[in-house]
Amino acid sequence: MVSKKVKIINEQGFHMRPANDFVREMAKFKSDIHLVMGEKDVNGKSIMNIMAACIKYGSEIEVRCDGEDEQAMLDKAVEMISSGLGEV
Amino acid sequence: MLKGTGVSDGCGIGTAVVIKEEALDYSAVIYTSADEEKARLNAAVNTFCKKTENIAAALEKNAGEKEAAILHGHIEMIHDPFMVSQMQEQIDAGAVAEAAVETVCNTFMEMFAGVQDELTRQRVSDIRDIRDDMLRILLGIRSVDLGAVPPGSVLVARDFTPSMTGRLKKENVQAIVAEVGGMTSHSAILARAMGIPAVLSVPSATQAIRDGDSLIVDGFTGEILTDPDAQTVAGYRARQAQWDQEKEALLSFCRLPTVTANGVQKAVYGNIGRPEDVQSVVQNGGEGIGLFRTEFLFMDRASEPSEEEQFEAYSTVAKAMNGREVIIRTLDIGGDKEIPYLSIEKEENPFLGHRAIRYCLDHQELFKRQLRAILRASAYGNLKIMLPLVTSAQEIEAARQLIDTCKQELQNAGVAVRAVPVGIMVETPAAALISDELAGMADFFSIGTNDLTGYVMAVDRGNAAVAGLYDIMQPPVLRAIEMTIKNAKKAGIPVGMCGEGAADERLIPKLLEWGLDEFSVSASSILRTRKIISEQNA
Repeated sequence: MVSKKVKIINEQGFHMRPANDFVREMAKFKSDIHLVMGEKDVNGKSIMNIMAACIKYGSEIEVRCDGEDEQAMLDKAVEMISSGLGEV
Repeated sequence: MLKGTGVSDGCGIGTAVVIKEEALDYSAVIYTSADEEKARLNAAVNTFCKKTENIAAALEKNAGEKEAAILHGHIEMIHDPFMVSQMQEQIDAGAVAEAAVETVCNTFMEMFAGVQDELTRQRVSDIRDIRDDMLRILLGIRSVDLGAVPPGSVLVARDFTPSMTGRLKKENVQAIVAEVGGMTSHSAILARAMGIPAVLSVPSATQAIRDGDSLIVDGFTGEILTDPDAQTVAGYRARQAQWDQEKEALLSFCRLPTVTANGVQKAVYGNIGRPEDVQSVVQNGGEGIGLFRTEFLFMDRASEPSEEEQFEAYSTVAKAMNGREVIIRTLDIGGDKEIPYLSIEKEENPFLGHRAIRYCLDHQELFKRQLRAILRASAYGNLKIMLPLVTSAQEIEAARQLIDTCKQELQNAGVAVRAVPVGIMVETPAAALISDELAGMADFFSIGTNDLTGYVMAVDRGNAAVAGLYDIMQPPVLRAIEMTIKNAKKAGIPVGMCGEGAADERLIPKLLEWGLDEFSVSASSILRTRKIISEQNA
């Protein structure tokens, strides 16, 4: 498993549109992805789980990827989140 | 006559098309096998996606990308691996596909309804939309296609979902009426984007109105007239024509600065109650926010918004206005605005009671949470603090001291804070009478005409027997306004107005004569106010 911490920098946080773009990208990878924030552990391929978790502006989350293409997946996920999920 | 909330301006005259929702009853569906049910579920998901994709494409052309993005979100939600696996589990446990869809969607709706975040809560209606659409597909019930209604239709339904309105052709629809929804619901946003008059929150509209009724829908007042006579129709047609013409003429003022006929620069700002209102102020060419009514952040909820939540709201507005001025009025509660969790005692005379700045200075922890949130948000834009219902110099002093304490505390904690000007709302006769003195202590004045008129005239405008006295043009009210503006000018501080008076064409010439700098009005009045100012000398 590989992991990295990253901060949410787009104002509205992980709402529907960015969550939509994110899971579409993540579905291209074979590995599992989890977004961990305090006690919350969210399946990063599930738009419903991500939205229900209300991940907000300014919060720090840990991205964990596990599987055969875990590094590539982690890199992509971190790049998307730290560039503001297309909204900055 | 029926009445609701007008959410999209204009008058629509036409024939009612009442959309009745068919009951989504699946009690007759018989479970065959898990494989069979899963195959039905898969087929329905595919149909759903294809259909939704088509509607999204149509919507993109009609209403814009933003509305279409909602439907793309629906497609992703129904594909959600977590959601799909839960539905399959339900089927394995003996549920028919319909029951699996309903149970899982309802679980998610409950989950989303329970969270703090407003944006997420709004998604509940999306899941409901998906659920009903999936059930219709599974049961083979044709969904309503609003693209097929004849010209001159007034659409009446319980609610309008994005999937229903996707194919709607604006040239065929005169107006929209729904039983639920408010200013910020999907139907309202869509109606405004398409320029269709709309009245929402009309209780039992689908029963009170029958298919084929001739209707007038007034999007300004929220009134709906059934079977109007020819004269009434003619009156409304004239009004609609005049409004269309005015709207066209006003549009030219959107990108123009606010300048009087003799070339003096003024400013027209917008009033807002929630961060999302900023959008319509910007769209209408507002040059700033002259009044952010923060009590709306505190209303309709079970507990006080945290400092973080307030910070988020204030900084969102600061950023959205992109360096333009934003005047944040501190909590104005009491009077007619009750907030249950703040346990404000019932008073004999709430308008003369423990409200606004009086209440805040007596509840310093609450007040400090708000002040800290504003000070922190000041790093993201051009914020000003405005104190409501001031009646004495001591109140300004006490509030300034608290603001300084908060600033010090934040700086000690290493938080960046800008110098935030502190002004007052002049809305009591007391403040107007000593406005020469207060002008030396405030960084700006903003005249609140709604309360000022009531207090000066000693009139409750809700009391029909005396409401006639409630008029901003009454000489004593005018004198209080003139006095306040002139004292501000003498002290060299900016002075604005943020009540309905600022958009009143009878009053604007006088305000210009006395030297008012900034006119803060509701978003829909910005362009008209700018036009009136441009026709007057200062």
